[in-house]
Amino acid sequence: METSVLTQPVCKFAPWDNPAQKPLVRFENVTKKFGDFTAIENLTLNIYEREFFALLGPSGCGKTTMMRMLAGFEYPTTGNIALANTNLQKAPPHKRPVNMMFQSYALFPHMSVEQNIAFGLKQEKTSKAEIKQRVEEMLSLVQLEPFAKRKPHQLSGGQKQRVALARSLAKKPKLLLLDEPLGALDKKLREQTQFELMNIQEQLGLTFVIVTHDQEEAMTVASRIAVMDHGKIVQVATPAEIYEYPNSRYSADFIGDVNIIEGKIDVTTGETASLNWAEGETPLKVSTKQRPNHGTTCWLAVRPEKLRISKEKPENADNCIKGEVWDIGYTGNISTYHVKASNGSILKAQVSNREHLADRPITWEDTVYIHWEKGAGVFLEN
Amino acid sequence: MTRFNWFNTTTLTLGFAFLYLPIILLMIYSFNESRLVTVWAGFSTRWYQSVFFNESFMNAAWVTLRVGFLSASIATVFGTMAALVLNRAGPFTGKTLFTGMIYAPMVMPEVITGLSLLLLFVSLDFTRGFWTVTLAHITFSMCYAAVVVSARLATFEKDLEEAALDLGCTRFSAFMQVTLPIIFPAILAAWLLAFTLSLDDLVIASFASGPGATTLPMKIYSQVRIGVSPEINALSSILIAVVAIGVVTASLVTKQAQLKRMKEERLATNAS
Ligand SMILES: Nc1ncnc2c1ncn2[C@@H]1O[C@H](COP(=O)(O)OP(=O)(O)OP(=O)(O)O)[C@@H](O)[C@H]1O
Ligand SMILES: [Mg+2]
Repeated sequence: METSVLTQPVCKFAPWDNPAQKPLVRFENVTKKFGDFTAIENLTLNIYEREFFALLGPSGCGKTTMMRMLAGFEYPTTGNIALANTNLQKAPPHKRPVNMMFQSYALFPHMSVEQNIAFGLKQEKTSKAEIKQRVEEMLSLVQLEPFAKRKPHQLSGGQKQRVALARSLAKKPKLLLLDEPLGALDKKLREQTQFELMNIQEQLGLTFVIVTHDQEEAMTVASRIAVMDHGKIVQVATPAEIYEYPNSRYSADFIGDVNIIEGKIDVTTGETASLNWAEGETPLKVSTKQRPNHGTTCWLAVRPEKLRISKEKPENADNCIKGEVWDIGYTGNISTYHVKASNGSILKAQVSNREHLADRPITWEDTVYIHWEKGAGVFLEN
Repeated sequence: MTRFNWFNTTTLTLGFAFLYLPIILLMIYSFNESRLVTVWAGFSTRWYQSVFFNESFMNAAWVTLRVGFLSASIATVFGTMAALVLNRAGPFTGKTLFTGMIYAPMVMPEVITGLSLLLLFVSLDFTRGFWTVTLAHITFSMCYAAVVVSARLATFEKDLEEAALDLGCTRFSAFMQVTLPIIFPAILAAWLLAFTLSLDDLVIASFASGPGATTLPMKIYSQVRIGVSPEINALSSILIAVVAIGVVTASLVTKQAQLKRMKEERLATNAS
């Protein structure tokens, strides 16, 4: 692991790096088939206590299926799922210390907000006084006290979503599953709720697993992210690790914006590989511990904000590509320059706009140099 | 814009006359003093009294109510179960066949249903009477109940049941606490439909019934064959009154519940 490269505070929360730590949830070679179709393929994964774990992936990659297996609505075709060292193989949903917040909220329409929140506690034969107290606690946690007597159809989308959250939290489950919990909210409410979720998770010391389409959301809330593709996990790591050190083109491309340059290995000296990427251009250098053979096809990934752009040829830069400004994307705080290299490929370089628009020296069709250090890129073998 | 011009008024009057004139005529003649049905001889309630003292009419009414209540209740339970299977169980072998077989009795001619039931009861050596009529009514009203409940379940979100399971319910208690209350109006409607169907069935009851289990429609029919008596008019009027009161009560209850809900909603909204 390349974790050591990142600067970390001393007592950072990272149970996954501690081999003595027992995971809370353990997927062991789990395969799930629907008829002939394999939704989850031989998947192994550990999730630790107090984690805020995000499942990220394109539509249909099996995120909901994983949640449903944890909640007990589906059972693995082969393999095991263990929760706190108890095998969940045959446990029905109501026997699991797991609660789920549904993508559709699934609030009971014939019950008031209060009754919805109390529902789970009532099933446990909790005393009336305790239910009342817990419901009040939950209502104040999600700031819905004035709405206690309302029915779900009298609430706005955001309020419904908070009721659903309160209901799934009321039993203080060991594990809370959130299936695209914020999908229905507008951007602002969404961001606010993300921080509320993080606060709640920290306050109550629970373990959350969240499904999301939105990579920014995953980056914001999660302690670790699993990037999924067609029923398989491509990479599991902290948001920073995935961003800085993606292990494949797929996960580099899925999280954030990236330039991917294909090439063939020229030479590997020490911890630096040189990549032939276009006829008549100097090979590109990239730091790596791998020792690939001459001629193997591989890729260099580099984030747009790590590229620098200038009109003059820079002196002693590790990598430098000459090109022509093809397009400029202006989004207020940053400008993205799309630069066409000699072989026709387009590279994106982002520059933060410190000066006013009028003072910008680089414009369309200028000849520019894009340059970066060899440590700024990531070497990828697949 | 909904002013009554002469065209609207005429259409409405003709329409209602077409629907209700025969019934109104029947009701008027039920208060006729004369024994002859078509000759008006002054107002009287004597035929009503004689209906109440006519033991065979009262017996038939009692049988009809018992058959209706019992068969509607059982048919609703079975129909609901069938609807649940149709909507909840995933694809299973023979699902299409099962669905078709549930709906088939609706389009089956009553005479054939009645005849086949009769053959069954005879070959099984059942004594025909109250229980065979009830059984027959369960058989044919069950499919109507299934259709009504099924239509409601089709739009019922499965998520709700799963949420209940997730929060600690067993399958049965999830059904009782979440599914049943939500689909209850449909179940009530199914029961009322089954009850009405049983109340006015003549053909199937005639096949399935035996001595001592004459239902009201059978009684009326057999009396009319002898000749229309003013007593029959009175009896029919009572039947109409009972049904009308039932329908009005049901709609009032629904209306009340709706008003109550709206009031609660208003209160809840003001609370914020
Ligand atoms: N009950 C089922 N029967 C057959 N196929 C299913 C079933 N449930 C899911 N699938 C298939 O399994 C795959 C994964 O589905 P899943 O719902 O887990 O996707 P997802 O990652 O949650 O997608 P989304 O982001 O769109 O919600 C899909 O291709 C889906 O068609
Ligand atoms: Mg999903």
